[in-house]
Amino acid sequence: MTQPLRFALYALPFLAVTALVAWFALALAPGRDPSAVPSALIDKPAPQIDLPSIYEGRPGLRSADLKGRATVVNVFASWCVPCRAEHPVLTQLAKGHGVPLIGFNWKDNPEAARAFLEELGDPFERIGSDPSGRAGIDWGVYGVPETYILDAAGRIRYKHVGPLSAEDVEGAILPVLRQVSR
Amino acid sequence: MMRWIGALLLGLMLLAGPALAVQPGEELADAAQEARARALSREIRCLVCQNQSIDESEADLARDLRLILRERIAAGDSDAQVKDFLVARYGDFVLLDPPVKPKTWLLWFGPAAILLIALGGAWLYLRPRPALAEAAPLDAAERARLDRLLAEDGEEGA
Repeated sequence: MTQPLRFALYALPFLAVTALVAWFALALAPGRDPSAVPSALIDKPAPQIDLPSIYEGRPGLRSADLKGRATVVNVFASWCVPCRAEHPVLTQLAKGHGVPLIGFNWKDNPEAARAFLEELGDPFERIGSDPSGRAGIDWGVYGVPETYILDAAGRIRYKHVGPLSAEDVEGAILPVLRQVSR
Repeated sequence: MMRWIGALLLGLMLLAGPALAVQPGEELADAAQEARARALSREIRCLVCQNQSIDESEADLARDLRLILRERIAAGDSDAQVKDFLVARYGDFVLLDPPVKPKTWLLWFGPAAILLIALGGAWLYLRPRPALAEAAPLDAAERARLDRLLAEDGEEGA
């Protein structure tokens, strides 16, 4: 066997183990949620939606409302404890950064949702009510909270599963918004 | 007496079946369609519990997906159409049996590839090697020189 080939053969196990260790290190990175399912709808138009508002007499949520500018759509429910935890972050996102924030009230009854927002404040521009959860299933929602970023054409560009932290906003939401608004 | 109690307990334990997640109200009236729905829902992952099928899961979303699946079947969808409907929303992850495509080649063929590499390595290591060439016998001049060197050694040692 020639010298370089022999060397390659000896180096191979070392390289393979190094690659595995790097792979495991990435998989164990802090902040990574291994159970989060990536959206199947990234870069695809957001599924058609036509929901009544949780407030009587106010406009609901339709596909046309999600076009013309980049928006952040937050899927929440009054029964969801992490939604309560992320609420100040959403408020800051809407009021502090002026991001158009749309509510998607999933598997919840409008009355409970109104009480939830009365207590914590309502940062949403408009809120669609989806008590059966069917509209959410069209979007690939599998739990609350979830947060989607849509571009001006109404395409889903980013999905965050679980409550948003201030770091998520600085590290992901705002950069993605800047990128899709270009 | 003890034997009777033992038999009774055993009998009771044999009566207990696995708890079913599917509620009677969910089932389709058509037995053939219901059988298809059951078989199909065993292949669909519950996104909430992730290692259960929607057929086994008590999660709210699993129930919704079971109902949607039955709705599609009752509406005349084929099994493939129902799967496509769910994959379009939740991605391949919703299928408990991942499809073979370039992205999943590593998953499907990785173990076989590693086995081949191991077999190749074992062959390189264990293959019969040519025996070392037999040493050529010394010619007359070499033998004379060797004798002389040995003789010199002997004198020094003496």
